[in-house]
Amino acid sequence: MNVTSQMLVFLIAIPLFSAALLLLGGRALDKVGHIIGTLASTAAFAVGVIEFLAMLGRAPENRAVTQPLFTWIEVGNFNVGATLLLDQLSVCFVLLITGVGTLIHIYSIAYMSHDKDRRRFFAYLNFFIAAMLLLVLGDSYLSLYVGWEGVGLASYLLIGFWNQKPTYATAAKKAFIANRVGDVGLSLAVMIAFVQFGSVSFSGVAEGIEAGQTSSLALNTLGLALLLAAVGKSAQFPLQAWLGDAMAGPTPVSALIHAATMVTAGVYLISRSHFVFDAASVAQLCVVIVGAITLLFGAIIGMAKDDIKKALAASTMSQIGYMILATGLGPVGYAFAMMHLLTHGFFKAGMFLGAGSVMHGMNDEVDMRKYGGLRKYMPITFATFGLGYLAIIGVPPFAGFYSKDKIIEIALDAGGAKGIILGSITLLGAAITAFYMSRVMLMTFFGAKRWEAGAHPHESPALMTIPMIVLAIGSVSAGFFFNMGDRFINFLSPIFHSGESGHGEKEHLLPPIVVSALALTAVAIGVSIAIAKYGRGKAIPAVAPSDVSLWTKVARRDLLQDEFNETLFMRPGQELTKALAVIDEKVIDGAVRGVGSITLDVASGLRKTQTGFVRSYALWITVGAVGILAAIAVMSL
Amino acid sequence: MSLDYYLYLSALLFTIGAAGVLIRRNAIVVFMCIELMLNASNLAFVTFARMNGSIDGQIFAFFTMVVAACEVVVGLAIIVTIYRSRRSASVDDARLLKL
Amino acid sequence: MNWLTILGLLPLIGSAAVFLLPREKEVLAKQLALGISSLVAVAGLAMATSFDRGVSGFQFVEKYSWIPAFGINYGLGVDGMALLLILLALILTPVVILACWNEAEGGRWSVKTFFALLLILETMMIGVFAATDIFLFYLFFEAMLIPVYFLIGGYGSGERAAAAVKFLLYSLFGGLLMLASIIGLYVVSGDQLGAATFDVSELQKLSLNNQTELLLFLGFFIAFAIKAPLWPFHTWLPDAAKAATPGTSVLLLGVLDKVGTYGMIRFCLSLFPDASKQLGPTIIVLSLISIFYGAFLAIWQSNGDIKRLISYTSISHFGFITLGIFAFTAQGQSGSILYMVNHGFSTAALFLIAGWMIARRNSSKVADFGGLQRVTPLLAWTFFIAGLSSLALPGLSSFVSEFLVLVGTFVRYPVAAVIGTLGIILAALYILIPVQRALHGPVLPGNENLKDLNLREKIAIAPVIALIIAFGFFPQVLLNVINPGAQASVAALNIEGDK
Repeated sequence: MNVTSQMLVFLIAIPLFSAALLLLGGRALDKVGHIIGTLASTAAFAVGVIEFLAMLGRAPENRAVTQPLFTWIEVGNFNVGATLLLDQLSVCFVLLITGVGTLIHIYSIAYMSHDKDRRRFFAYLNFFIAAMLLLVLGDSYLSLYVGWEGVGLASYLLIGFWNQKPTYATAAKKAFIANRVGDVGLSLAVMIAFVQFGSVSFSGVAEGIEAGQTSSLALNTLGLALLLAAVGKSAQFPLQAWLGDAMAGPTPVSALIHAATMVTAGVYLISRSHFVFDAASVAQLCVVIVGAITLLFGAIIGMAKDDIKKALAASTMSQIGYMILATGLGPVGYAFAMMHLLTHGFFKAGMFLGAGSVMHGMNDEVDMRKYGGLRKYMPITFATFGLGYLAIIGVPPFAGFYSKDKIIEIALDAGGAKGIILGSITLLGAAITAFYMSRVMLMTFFGAKRWEAGAHPHESPALMTIPMIVLAIGSVSAGFFFNMGDRFINFLSPIFHSGESGHGEKEHLLPPIVVSALALTAVAIGVSIAIAKYGRGKAIPAVAPSDVSLWTKVARRDLLQDEFNETLFMRPGQELTKALAVIDEKVIDGAVRGVGSITLDVASGLRKTQTGFVRSYALWITVGAVGILAAIAVMSL
Repeated sequence: MSLDYYLYLSALLFTIGAAGVLIRRNAIVVFMCIELMLNASNLAFVTFARMNGSIDGQIFAFFTMVVAACEVVVGLAIIVTIYRSRRSASVDDARLLKL
Repeated sequence: MNWLTILGLLPLIGSAAVFLLPREKEVLAKQLALGISSLVAVAGLAMATSFDRGVSGFQFVEKYSWIPAFGINYGLGVDGMALLLILLALILTPVVILACWNEAEGGRWSVKTFFALLLILETMMIGVFAATDIFLFYLFFEAMLIPVYFLIGGYGSGERAAAAVKFLLYSLFGGLLMLASIIGLYVVSGDQLGAATFDVSELQKLSLNNQTELLLFLGFFIAFAIKAPLWPFHTWLPDAAKAATPGTSVLLLGVLDKVGTYGMIRFCLSLFPDASKQLGPTIIVLSLISIFYGAFLAIWQSNGDIKRLISYTSISHFGFITLGIFAFTAQGQSGSILYMVNHGFSTAALFLIAGWMIARRNSSKVADFGGLQRVTPLLAWTFFIAGLSSLALPGLSSFVSEFLVLVGTFVRYPVAAVIGTLGIILAALYILIPVQRALHGPVLPGNENLKDLNLREKIAIAPVIALIIAFGFFPQVLLNVINPGAQASVAALNIEGDK
């Protein structure tokens, strides 16, 4: 039953060791750093594949493997072991992280070839891989926490990779702090879990809930704390503001961390904690609400962005909104969320790499208004990006069609008004997605050339195009592959117990075929509007027009998210800090110094009695003596 | 005769001495007044010795005399030295205690 | 074998030797001081290997009658907490000597005096943690001030004399309150035990009435709260840390301040359990105020002086330590003790590196740095890692202790733990803002030619950074030593409702 493996640790150790080697090795390793980094990632991928194949060889109920390493923290009844756990859920992530990660390593060899800090870049990437693997392999919330902040640190380092530019350094800091807000949630979740169940491991908490040890209030609080963590890491409403700025990092980073893997950690956390959310209805409802808001929020921002990376980032936010929404819909939702997560990992990473390829050919220009007509000059990039595009908007039989369609379907099936509202939101989201992705596609690859002087677009080298091609193949086939005979759902069902609830037999609000038709109609509407606005023959001004509606203006400014944070948190915080500084100086230290100066004043007052006349001293002595005698006389009366 | 009168006399002498110390400026006179106070206390000592029928007070009187004698030696020497250097024996002129 | 006495005497003898050297032989004085302190560190680690981790009481006990008329003994002994704090002092002293090789040159007195004072301070630090007789403890507690006073006042920078006096007066004020309480205890013990004593384990047997206990408790607590420092007794620390040389600041914040929190556990909790329980919630509130107050002022200083910034972060960290102590749970207690050790290393690293930055740039203003990552990558990296430890990043040492403190607090006071947890957001701010200002961004004029760490500095900082990382993953090495004592201390409080 309890299968152990001695190999899991290598998944983490290999990239971690490589990261340390590259950082400590210094300039001596500049020439080979990228090769070492890529090999480390490839080796981790190989280990992941071996473990995956071994897993498939076992019966479904015996597929989870563990590897206890050492006792990490033990104080009284608080006992946390450093133990790794690989089950069906984490193996999906392991393959995604190491697989997409390796492709992006390969891509980066060429993309970063002109950067003199390429070795450092690979060290950070390897560190990220190690931390992300620790995140998904930890068997307790506390081990997960280590990976959780580890990827946060990696993200900080990589967003700020070019931190000589102050705005980039600020973007990195912003991401870390938004994540820290989420981490408060994770901290609290661990504490609640310990107090309620005496354990912080996933299995311990699951058993505790099953045994009915706790109140629903505690469970809902636990769920909300976990949701806060997920919201921070996955850039969901209301902690979404950092993701757009995070595009300051090199594009491969945006592809790996801020599209395919790290930002989906929130989805992982909620899926991993399915036993909590299944028992906590309020928290589960909040998950759905957050997902629904974010999926529209991201989509709206995506419509207004001219920066290709920021448009893609907004789309990431929106797609993760879909996943979060799905995880809030109970057992069957988790599996579909995971499926969308994986397909999204392929097509979004591919599109980011494509965007990187475009930037590579256009002197690092990110403004889509200065692209146009690139399909002839970058055919491979165009083709791979195009396949990703078809996948994300959900055209059958591309990957996104299967995964997104399923989410729309279960949203509609949520029951009653909830189902109708959620269904409409997901459908609306699909239409908007189709619109803004078509806009990106049209502005970049079609239409007239609007290049800046000196731009000589050219296709990227093979090291960059091959990863894009591989990801494009994934975008095309993954959905079909996963969905064939519900194999993905069945693979995950021992984790989520989704098989038991019987997804197939459930009453549908609308038949699946109608849902697909509705979704395709929405997509068609979105695409048509985009073609009408940005299609052939439409002029696209080089500077974003300013005579637009208030809505567009607001959307361009990210729906005022930064202004919101500034007025609500930053400014009051700054005022408080200022006030406290004054209090410290004037009141507390003032009191201390006040005591000192009072002492001085009293002393200088008393000094005046020291006249220097011997006779006055003698008089004081006499007066004193008489006074004491008088006092004694009075007391003895 | 009652021993109380000796005590009254002692108190009177002490008061005269104390007043002299406080009032007079001439260091020699101040010094004499201190001697007067010491002797007044001597008188009180021997009187109490007599009253209590013990010899302690008389012994203390001898102590006081010895101390007084030492004091005269040191004190007069100081006064004379100050007079030599400052041409004055007034205590108010010697204000070296104050910076 | 009298391990502790030998350990304590070695640096004292060494200090005499350093002091007797001729004034010009500066390098020899430094080498001698380094050699002796390293020897003591090795001896201390050797002693630690024979420490029995399974029991909670004092070990390596020495007890000789010293002033029998007053029942004063020369009593030494360590439990897990004291052992680790002594080892902290022993490891940090050679690190400081090596790191601050050229720090004493600007002083009022000779270079050898600086190193002789450091060695005297080492003796005092060993003594204060090893004393089991409360009179002896008081003696070391106050005597410790003397070398620190001279180290700040004689070798610091800026308004060093004023800072030294402020430090001395604050500490003396607390010390005198404690003395009054000690005398009070002594008098009560005379009434209750037949023979008056200063022995801690004897004094624990006293049964005090509520009023007396509260008063005596306050005498001790205020002394320790000043030392720790807890809000609102903290204002001496930023001044002292700013004026002192970085090496002195390391010992001051890293070790000496721990005497405060150490004393709270050793004396406040064990001698006055009822008063501790009664005032516990109040102290929890003070701790929370410290956490936020220190953090906000550190954020304020992130545009100001780097040394003041680090000392304000320490005030915030000490808030966590006292929070854990007065949560009265095994996790809180162990976490706090572990925090003392971890904070010692991470603050030491921060201060040493800040000191090197200041020495190179000749300015302690955060705003004067900028772009150091490009110019001095190694310096920047070490500062960054130390900073990450300070903000309690999981995987580095402080995280485990901070988390244990919060978990331990959550068990008894969930609201306080939730509020305390919010402090981690501020921690990210007060580290990352100065990191951005000083290390990132374009290279500011005046910084282009700064030198990266030299070999001596690398050797000095390497063990500290290594320990910060190692204890993040293997805190159990320390926790095994800490746990028995911490659990016994909490169990002795006998709180209702606990199993």
